[in-house]
Amino acid sequence: MEFLGGKFLQVFIALAVFAALIGLIMLIVDRAPKSVKDKLTIVGFLAPAAILMLVGLVYPAVQTSFLAFTNASGQPNGVDNFVWMFTQPEALATLRNTVIWTVLVPLLSTVFGLAYAVFIDKARGENALKALVFMPVGISMVGAGIIWKLVYDYRGPGIEQTGVVNAVRVALGMDPKQFLLDAPENTIFLIIVMVWIQTGFAMVILSAAIKGVPVELVEASRLDGANPWQQFRNVTVPGIRGALVVVLTTITIATLKVFDIVRTMTAGNYDTSVIANEMYTQAFRAGEPGRGAALALVLFLLVLPIVVYNARVLRQQREIR
Amino acid sequence: MKNRKYLLPVAATGILALALTACGPGGGGGGTTTGSDCSAYESYGKHDGKTVSVYSTIVDIEATNLETAWATFEECTGATIKYEGSKEFETQIGVRAKAGNAPDVAIFPQPGLLADQAKAGGLKPAPKAVSDLVDKNWSADWKKYGTVDGTFYAAPMLANVKGYVWYAPKTFKDKGWEVPKTWDEMMTLSSKIADDGTMKPWCAGFESGEATGWPGTDWVEDVVLRAQGPEVYDQWVTHGIPFNDPKIVDALNQTGEILLNSDYVNGGFGDVRSILTTGFAQAGQPVLDGQCAMHHQANFQAANWPEGTAVAPDGDVWAFMTPPIDPSKGQAITGGGEMVGAYKDTPEAQAFLAYLASADFANNRVKLGGVISANKGLDPASAQTELDKQSIALLQDPDTVFRFDGSDLMPGAVGSNSFWKGIVAWINGTPAQQVADSIEGSWPKS
Repeated sequence: MEFLGGKFLQVFIALAVFAALIGLIMLIVDRAPKSVKDKLTIVGFLAPAAILMLVGLVYPAVQTSFLAFTNASGQPNGVDNFVWMFTQPEALATLRNTVIWTVLVPLLSTVFGLAYAVFIDKARGENALKALVFMPVGISMVGAGIIWKLVYDYRGPGIEQTGVVNAVRVALGMDPKQFLLDAPENTIFLIIVMVWIQTGFAMVILSAAIKGVPVELVEASRLDGANPWQQFRNVTVPGIRGALVVVLTTITIATLKVFDIVRTMTAGNYDTSVIANEMYTQAFRAGEPGRGAALALVLFLLVLPIVVYNARVLRQQREIR
Repeated sequence: MKNRKYLLPVAATGILALALTACGPGGGGGGTTTGSDCSAYESYGKHDGKTVSVYSTIVDIEATNLETAWATFEECTGATIKYEGSKEFETQIGVRAKAGNAPDVAIFPQPGLLADQAKAGGLKPAPKAVSDLVDKNWSADWKKYGTVDGTFYAAPMLANVKGYVWYAPKTFKDKGWEVPKTWDEMMTLSSKIADDGTMKPWCAGFESGEATGWPGTDWVEDVVLRAQGPEVYDQWVTHGIPFNDPKIVDALNQTGEILLNSDYVNGGFGDVRSILTTGFAQAGQPVLDGQCAMHHQANFQAANWPEGTAVAPDGDVWAFMTPPIDPSKGQAITGGGEMVGAYKDTPEAQAFLAYLASADFANNRVKLGGVISANKGLDPASAQTELDKQSIALLQDPDTVFRFDGSDLMPGAVGSNSFWKGIVAWINGTPAQQVADSIEGSWPKS
């Protein structure tokens, strides 16, 4: 109880300090002379956010960039970390896996999400069917990783299986399989977990977009004699292009950063490591912050074009409307 | 009502002022109560109202026991010990020290990590009183684990003994199996059990989240020490010989005669590779079910058995020490332990360090069960179980060759990263030589 009380007090104090600071800013802005009032208002209200951005985002980003060119004891070592990244077999496997992840997860999630959204569109019990696929989105990546690790669990032949998939395999007369140990297909079994989570997200966004396609267009195409596939190809897909881009890019960024699933299910062993996981391992486990920072930098450079593209598409769409 | 406009800001400023005051050093820390006999604690002085923050890997019941063990110290000196245990200690201690948020006292489970921190410059050398206590109560080996580049930083606290082989005495008796006294006898017994066919001779489990593989490093360390002797072992952990030296590869292969033999492992779980997906804490259970005969794990395995399991020479499970490979060289054992270092040299922190290094603390803590200490002042009668008594006797026996867990002595890049990963790859089918080469490649250059 004492502990809880202390926490509440902390929260209360933090809120009070925040309110007081805002109050102070309002007071200063309010009392300022007319000549500088507008400028001061802008500064007064933008400064807190700007300072937080500088301290919490820009400064660490700059520091990480410098760190990427230092060795374990903090001495500058040129591009050694990047040489390591593109020559060591284990680091190369990490890069290869990240590529496999970023190609497969957005593609599969979007395709499954789109197909599901089209098939259940205007079906009976649509909401219930949607909820079914959307539910995994609410589960944390760590939670999903633990669930699927149990699903993939292995016991030797002749021993009672505890994992669902192996239980099914044995029931069908097959041998149980070590899903997480055999490279490279173990990466695929990890990817299934991410697709399982992201399909729901893709489905919800795309379903909403499909409902936004003008009914007139659909009817006109039907009158012109288009079959369902042609309707889908030539009316629905162009109509939801913007939503498709958002879904694909959002999932791609999430996939590039994937960490929790790999960490909880294999910890990067058996050739399943990805950039974000290797970044953590190098920086905090192996005591090589330079290598970790270099990996972080590469990750940042990979995400950047996708973010830019996403922003551009969104802006173009706004201009069209 | 022009004044209304100022009401909010003024009130807010008032709250801010109040809040700032509240953030200052709090009051409290009342006078000492004399519920216990404090005569033994007079030498630590009085530190009323002072606080020592302590950070370590020890959590749950073990943490409660630790706090109980120093409760009298708090009561008698007036100091408050603010304890925080975290499973993330190994990664977080460096981050916290770098961020200027280091605890006053840190309990390091790995000498390698301690050395990293001492070199990073945050740790304070141990006070003379602590150094004297360690000279008196511990062997020179133990003092060495807390010494970095000739400066003594940290006193040893508690210890565990690794390399026990757990078995079910009843099964051995029913089958007429004898506890092996040499490595060869152990291999003969393994082959006999495998031929018998009712159970696999061994069960093992190396899964431990991101630390997967560490129980395997314990296996290899035990074999290196027993097969090659303490000198080679010391050279190995200090990189005097490379990790891929033929002697180390031999030891890996010798361990592999058990771990990579599908006739010998993995009772109750499956094939050799199921070792990797079996949690280390559950791995021993098949010993109780009669699905495997032996399980290699440290003395703390006693806490991993289901509640109500009798751990005794005539109970449900009991353990023998992994036998020597050459019996003429005597008993050699590996083990682990904690080192207590300080980031602050305040009088209260120093008094606390001295207390943790004392025989009083060792006795207080060991009496609560579950751990032992290599402190020579430890009364064997303080031990609560047969196993603890046996472990203490082993540690205090002058003829025992004791070596600290090798992976804990190696630099973090090897000891808590590539060595684990190497073991995982090895069990998963990579040849021993290739594993050793790859670990050698990860050894820090500087």
